[in-house]
Amino acid sequence: MSAIATRRSTLPGFGLTMGLTLTWLSVIVLIPLAGLFIRSFELSPDQFWSILTSRRTLNALKTSFGLAFAAACVNLVMGTIIVWALVRYRFPGRRLFDAIVDIPFALPTAVAGVALSALFAEKGFLGAPLAELGIKVAFTPIGIFIAMIFIGIPFVVRTVQPVLIDLDPEIEEAAASLGANRWHIISRVILPSLTPALLTGLALAFARAVGEYGSVIFIAGNLPNVSEIAPLLIVIRLSEFRYADATAIAVVMLIAAFLIIFAVNRLQRWAQTRVPAL
Amino acid sequence: MTMELPHSLSLIRPSEKARLSAHRDDLRSEPKAVRIVIVGVAVTFLCIFVVMPLVVVFAQAFSRGIGAYVAALGNPEALSAIRLTLLIAAISVSLNLVFGLVAAWAIAKFEFPGKTFLVSLIDLPFSVSPVISGLVFVLLFGAQGFFGPWLASHDIRLLFAVPGMTLATLFVTFPFVARALIPLMQEQGTQEEEAAISLGASGLQTFFRVTLPNIKWGVLYGVLLCNARAMGEFGAVSVVSGHIRGETNTMPLLVEILYNEYQFVASFAIASLLAMLALITLVTKTILERHLDEGRQSHDN
Repeated sequence: MSAIATRRSTLPGFGLTMGLTLTWLSVIVLIPLAGLFIRSFELSPDQFWSILTSRRTLNALKTSFGLAFAAACVNLVMGTIIVWALVRYRFPGRRLFDAIVDIPFALPTAVAGVALSALFAEKGFLGAPLAELGIKVAFTPIGIFIAMIFIGIPFVVRTVQPVLIDLDPEIEEAAASLGANRWHIISRVILPSLTPALLTGLALAFARAVGEYGSVIFIAGNLPNVSEIAPLLIVIRLSEFRYADATAIAVVMLIAAFLIIFAVNRLQRWAQTRVPAL
Repeated sequence: MTMELPHSLSLIRPSEKARLSAHRDDLRSEPKAVRIVIVGVAVTFLCIFVVMPLVVVFAQAFSRGIGAYVAALGNPEALSAIRLTLLIAAISVSLNLVFGLVAAWAIAKFEFPGKTFLVSLIDLPFSVSPVISGLVFVLLFGAQGFFGPWLASHDIRLLFAVPGMTLATLFVTFPFVARALIPLMQEQGTQEEEAAISLGASGLQTFFRVTLPNIKWGVLYGVLLCNARAMGEFGAVSVVSGHIRGETNTMPLLVEILYNEYQFVASFAIASLLAMLALITLVTKTILERHLDEGRQSHDN
């Protein structure tokens, strides 16, 4: 082990590169984020509280967090099915569909927004048949829900896929040879070993959907108290020069995002400690 | 199902092997009806939620024919948005490339306490809402911001102008290159650089002649994803842009403006360029991933 330490220390440039890294990180990321928190401390706790508990803010936060969680749950179920099909079965176009999963990552959010809005509008290709069934998607909370499902798809698939690929086939064979039926093997053997990855995917999809702006605002209708998401309310408050309101909402969302990162890190650590035990 | 048989079975005849392998697949698979349902659900879901929005972009863009499409893209407003998008992406990608290389060298080639924490700080912009990424710069440089009055008195305009939009883009694309390089350079270790240094190469020579050739696919991978996000960023740039027509409109922002003005062909024409960028990015990404995998395997050997 001491060999490693001495070997590493002979490469040049640690001081310089570390110094540049910390400086650039501070200028672009840390100082701007710190500025947001400093601004929020300028508000008295009462002001902060009254902003957050005003009807419109509360409804926007409920819309964002509630629909994001519902969309993440849909992604969890559909993502699991997609991963299972991609990893375990051979079917025509499998590689293509595997690549397609990444489109919500790659497509600029504004493009996704106008496309989903056109698709689900009352005269749109999917909106028209749904309207006949009496389901109005565009300009309602259902539209927000649809857009959030769209942007969350890759998260569950891409976190679970490598784990399912690496899953040792002998465990399943052992269970089968001991007489377990297929459903028992899936629910008692496979799903438990996928649990950390599934929860990580759920958390990542949720985090992304909570903060999402571009793909949601076109289809949302943006009616205050009904179909207005929290990021949009931040933008509206900024355009009204109500910086305090914008800051308070942003701080709450940022703290939620940090809590989710923390949870994801714990999940990853849990996953790592589980693997050797198998 | 293409699985490797364990070594204990490798002496068995190929025909026997195939039979055993088929038996193993049977044990690990579901009845045919279940398989069809699962594949059907997965494919239908992906078609509705991913393929159709993409198709709609092109269908709408060409809904009035190629003439209208070309005219929409040739519009001076469109051209100025394309130029601004390219400019902002070029600046932010090159700065983040330099940062990514520098940060990856410090983090991957040396051991120090707090490394995991530093990496999560670099990752931070990924988990911040795009709107908040724009807001933080408004709070710093806006009229009511920390540096706002000072900037105003020196007649420097960052917000609602290209510098502010570049800063917001730098923020949201910050992690891409570093994140692509850190794990790759950690895997490759320090032995080759060690050897070069002990043979008398300077630090920079070692970096350009030894490290850079080893990580070239990773660099391209990071740049590719960074560029896609830089060109496509909407929320953060929208907040700091001030929406000044012909001046501070990038392509995604123009998509929004034209859409809200019911100029659907023009809006979707710009959107189709961004969609093509996304598709090209995905194809290139797949090719680069193959190179990265090969590199990893040859390195293992």
